[in-house]
Amino acid sequence: MSTIAASAPLAAREGQRGRWGWNRRQRTLLTIGGCLLFFVLLVGARYWIGDGGLQTALDQRNQPPSLAHPLGTDWLGRDMLTRTLHGLVLSLRVGLLAASISALIGTLLGLSAAIFGGVVDTIITWLVDLFYSLPHLVLLILISFALGGGLQGALIAVAFTHWPGLTRLIRAEALQVKSSDYVQLSARFGHSPWWIARRHLLPHIIPQFIVGLILLFPHAILHEAGLTFVGIGLSPHTPAIGIILSESMRHLSTGYWWLGVFPGLALLVAVKAFDILGEQVRTLLEPKTSQE
Amino acid sequence: MIRFLFNKFLRLLLLLFAVATFSFTLVALSPIDPVDAYIGAAMLGISPEQRQQIADRWGLEAPPLERYGRWLQNVAGGDLGRSMIFNQPVLTVIGERFLASLWLMMAAWLLSGVLGFGLGLLAGLRPGSWLDQAIRFYAYTLASTPTFWLALLLLIIFSVALGWTPVCCATPPGVPLAQATLLQRLHHLILPAAALSIIGVANIALHTRQKLLDVLNSDYALFARAQGETTAGIIWQHGLRNIALPAITLQFASLSELFGGSVLAEQVFAYPGLGEATVQAGLRGDVPLLLGIVLFSALFVFVGNTLADLSYRVIDPRIRLGAAV
Repeated sequence: MSTIAASAPLAAREGQRGRWGWNRRQRTLLTIGGCLLFFVLLVGARYWIGDGGLQTALDQRNQPPSLAHPLGTDWLGRDMLTRTLHGLVLSLRVGLLAASISALIGTLLGLSAAIFGGVVDTIITWLVDLFYSLPHLVLLILISFALGGGLQGALIAVAFTHWPGLTRLIRAEALQVKSSDYVQLSARFGHSPWWIARRHLLPHIIPQFIVGLILLFPHAILHEAGLTFVGIGLSPHTPAIGIILSESMRHLSTGYWWLGVFPGLALLVAVKAFDILGEQVRTLLEPKTSQE
Repeated sequence: MIRFLFNKFLRLLLLLFAVATFSFTLVALSPIDPVDAYIGAAMLGISPEQRQQIADRWGLEAPPLERYGRWLQNVAGGDLGRSMIFNQPVLTVIGERFLASLWLMMAAWLLSGVLGFGLGLLAGLRPGSWLDQAIRFYAYTLASTPTFWLALLLLIIFSVALGWTPVCCATPPGVPLAQATLLQRLHHLILPAAALSIIGVANIALHTRQKLLDVLNSDYALFARAQGETTAGIIWQHGLRNIALPAITLQFASLSELFGGSVLAEQVFAYPGLGEATVQAGLRGDVPLLLGIVLFSALFVFVGNTLADLSYRVIDPRIRLGAAV
């Protein structure tokens, strides 16, 4: 569901030409370009704004949003815009890394389950069910505790708990392809399993992998932020969004609302951008879903 | 029915055993020294002999397999150990805290179910209208919202700015849980429940809307309309059962998400529930409590899924009669 399309009248939203006569593919590419531009600008802004605002400036404590400090300052006089940008890029980096590892694990396991079948399939399916039997956050806390906490613990915890969804998806897709007529015919014609995997399976799996990877980012980022918020994860010295939000809690009752509203809003926008990006890429790579 | 329940019970035992083994292995491989975690801040004042005494008392020097066997034996007998943080048996801690969390989770669960279903119906009745667009925008945006930030926002608006709701905890300051009146409990429950339910609403609303659209576009709905049935009548007579089934699965499956969400929401509102206990156990290295909570949460999720299965048998006669669906 493209937000551009959602604001156009009903006829346009049902697939016909949009506001400026763009067709659906053009709108999809435009949205994807927009999202990527947003991320480039975000990272660019973080580096352009530099570290200046992270210095403590005790004569500028607790100032509401103003022209000099668009998002206000915190209790140590640090500029909230700088902190938010730094925190956002850091959280995004950690989330991206964890999601990538998770997506790789998920795809490999899903493929193995479908290709090897039998005992391997049973074990992997059972493992997926095991991971689904626990609430996600409880599992995250358990794993990051077991790994000693900190950035490392949180990263590995997030990386090793987001694969079950993708595994199920890819396993189902691979099984479907494997059992289709043309693949069975191909095997009859004498092609080796390796050849079939490369020529028949891979073109179906790669789009799923890419879309699954992009759609995993929001979850990984949000869960990492949640872990950091409760205190398990990145150390309080790093300006991650979770840290910023958990520290802002201490000052909420005194009415410094800008400490909590803006960083969270920034996180929401960034996560939403990834969501939109993932959906649009899915529309591009799997045209069947574009008319839903 | 008896067979069904018996099978479920066997699966539960297998699941709990697997979860127990998995969690114990994780914790045993942890680099955290249990003695250090237990002693905590007083680490500097402890002599090596005292450390050895503590290790012997808790049996921490034994090889992992032996510790695992002993722990499993205890768990099977109902003894989940003693929590280091609360200095009470783990079962007692979980029991008390779960009761508090249960209020919160049930309130959020009911709210998200009713609100989600209602919003989904409203959106599906007139697809493409501004109401539908607004509800869809709300649902899609909420799916990307961090729960704890939403809770913070609610806190800022309703507790700090407007002063309608309390800032923290389950009861007014100084009032223990047992002595609080129902009104006080509910007053403190509003914001955490709202925070938890708002995000659950999104999923259910979208799903209900899609199912309602399917129903309204189906042949039997067209036939009913040709016979003069109103839209409301179509939904009531034909639509509800078809929509309800997936909605119920979603509702019961969301119990797992609810538990996780309560970890964050309870942190923001300092609500003394099971989620907060999990965080404390994780932060302060209280292994018996953590393992106990992990087992309990697996049980909780399993019960939720079993209830979903049971409700299916009640609502869908085809499943009850064993026919192919």
